Amino acid sequence: MEVFLDILVAVLLILGCLMSLIAGIGLLTFPDMLTRMHAATKPQVLGFLLIFIGLAIHLRSWAVIPVLALAWGMQLLTAPVSAHMIGRSGYRTKHAAKDSLYADELKLVVDKVSSMPATGVIEVPEEEKK
Amino acid sequence: MIEIVMWICGIMLGLASIACVIRVAKGPSILDRVLALDVMLLIISVALCLEMIYNKHTDFLLFVVAACTLGFIGSVTVSRYVSDQRNA
Amino acid sequence: MPTKNMQPRDQRIDDALDTSGVRHRATLKQEWPLLALLIFVWCALWQDFSPANLIFGVIVSLVIVTLFPLPPVVLSGRINIWYCVQIFIWFIGQVFVASYQVARLAIFRGKKTRSGVIAVPLRTDSDLIVTTVGHVLTLIPGSFVIDVDRSSSTLYLHYINIESKQDMERAREAVRDIERRMIMAIGSHGEFDAIKHECGPNLMRMKGKK
Repeated sequence: MEVFLDILVAVLLILGCLMSLIAGIGLLTFPDMLTRMHAATKPQVLGFLLIFIGLAIHLRSWAVIPVLALAWGMQLLTAPVSAHMIGRSGYRTKHAAKDSLYADELKLVVDKVSSMPATGVIEVPEEEKK
Repeated sequence: MIEIVMWICGIMLGLASIACVIRVAKGPSILDRVLALDVMLLIISVALCLEMIYNKHTDFLLFVVAACTLGFIGSVTVSRYVSDQRNA
Repeated sequence: MPTKNMQPRDQRIDDALDTSGVRHRATLKQEWPLLALLIFVWCALWQDFSPANLIFGVIVSLVIVTLFPLPPVVLSGRINIWYCVQIFIWFIGQVFVASYQVARLAIFRGKKTRSGVIAVPLRTDSDLIVTTVGHVLTLIPGSFVIDVDRSSSTLYLHYINIESKQDMERAREAVRDIERRMIMAIGSHGEFDAIKHECGPNLMRMKGKK
């Protein structure tokens, strides 16, 4: 049993670190910023899940599980927030190269909004897209 | 066996952080750099978890929780300033 | 703001533009999920779930909620635990798929990866569901949220690996499917009935397929 658990921990740790490596590779190879966002958010969440499970099994302790669940839950809540904020400001400030986009349905709306004064109710999408 | 696993994991994390550093150095925009630093912070957290596993203690657990909870504030702040530049 | 006929969506625009500075305080009944979360955080950080620590956690979280009030989160009043468990298990599976997909694209496609920005209008009116759908979308394969139009519940998504019109339609369908699951789990009665009506007898089949 002990040996089995040790092997399980080893596999979990290696997979978890592999996720970090994938994030790194993705950061290097993807062509534009918005695509790199995918590489930065998704593998990390899974990597932490695997590492935390490995940690809990290796320490053989139930007491750390609430803390680890808390850490992972917080990651689930915060990773999309930062991804959204970076993606949004990247898109709006033209930091993101848009050559590799196949289609872009937000462009019309953003152009319309930024040509309007900064106050007032904005009712763009429904009529504009048709 | 744990020694070998630690070596493999350490090499992978090292390569990942080298990739992040290259992206920080090269990144065409500030947002790329923030993104890479975000990933770097998470890699450091993973490394701390590995250290806890190797030495069988839980001293860094709260650091990992804090990194997971507050790590996004840096990137949110930077992206906030970046988009304000144009809209101000 | 001058207000005309107030539909729920107009109400939300009105909320967003409200500059009078008057905050609607949430009642204790609306805030209990937040309180429970804060108590859990407190006890988890102490690694101690004994009654004394729980009581102290209640006190601390009440103080926090009083000192730093948040606008109330409007719950629909309906929750289906079975669908919640189902969606959570499905979600964990999708997280694995997401990492695999990113790895495949990063290693084999690299610079040639194409992507697209698509607009997906959602059926729901609830902020909570729009937010959860957005969070789930960011963590599952292929998509993350760039922008949200709160007044029409439209999500603007960046979708990776989009190379044709069919891909776009498939992506849109996937998003609508996630929204359907979310409404089945935590949506209000009206939305749940609308979904049942829309899917009709297919609802059973889809459930079997999961």
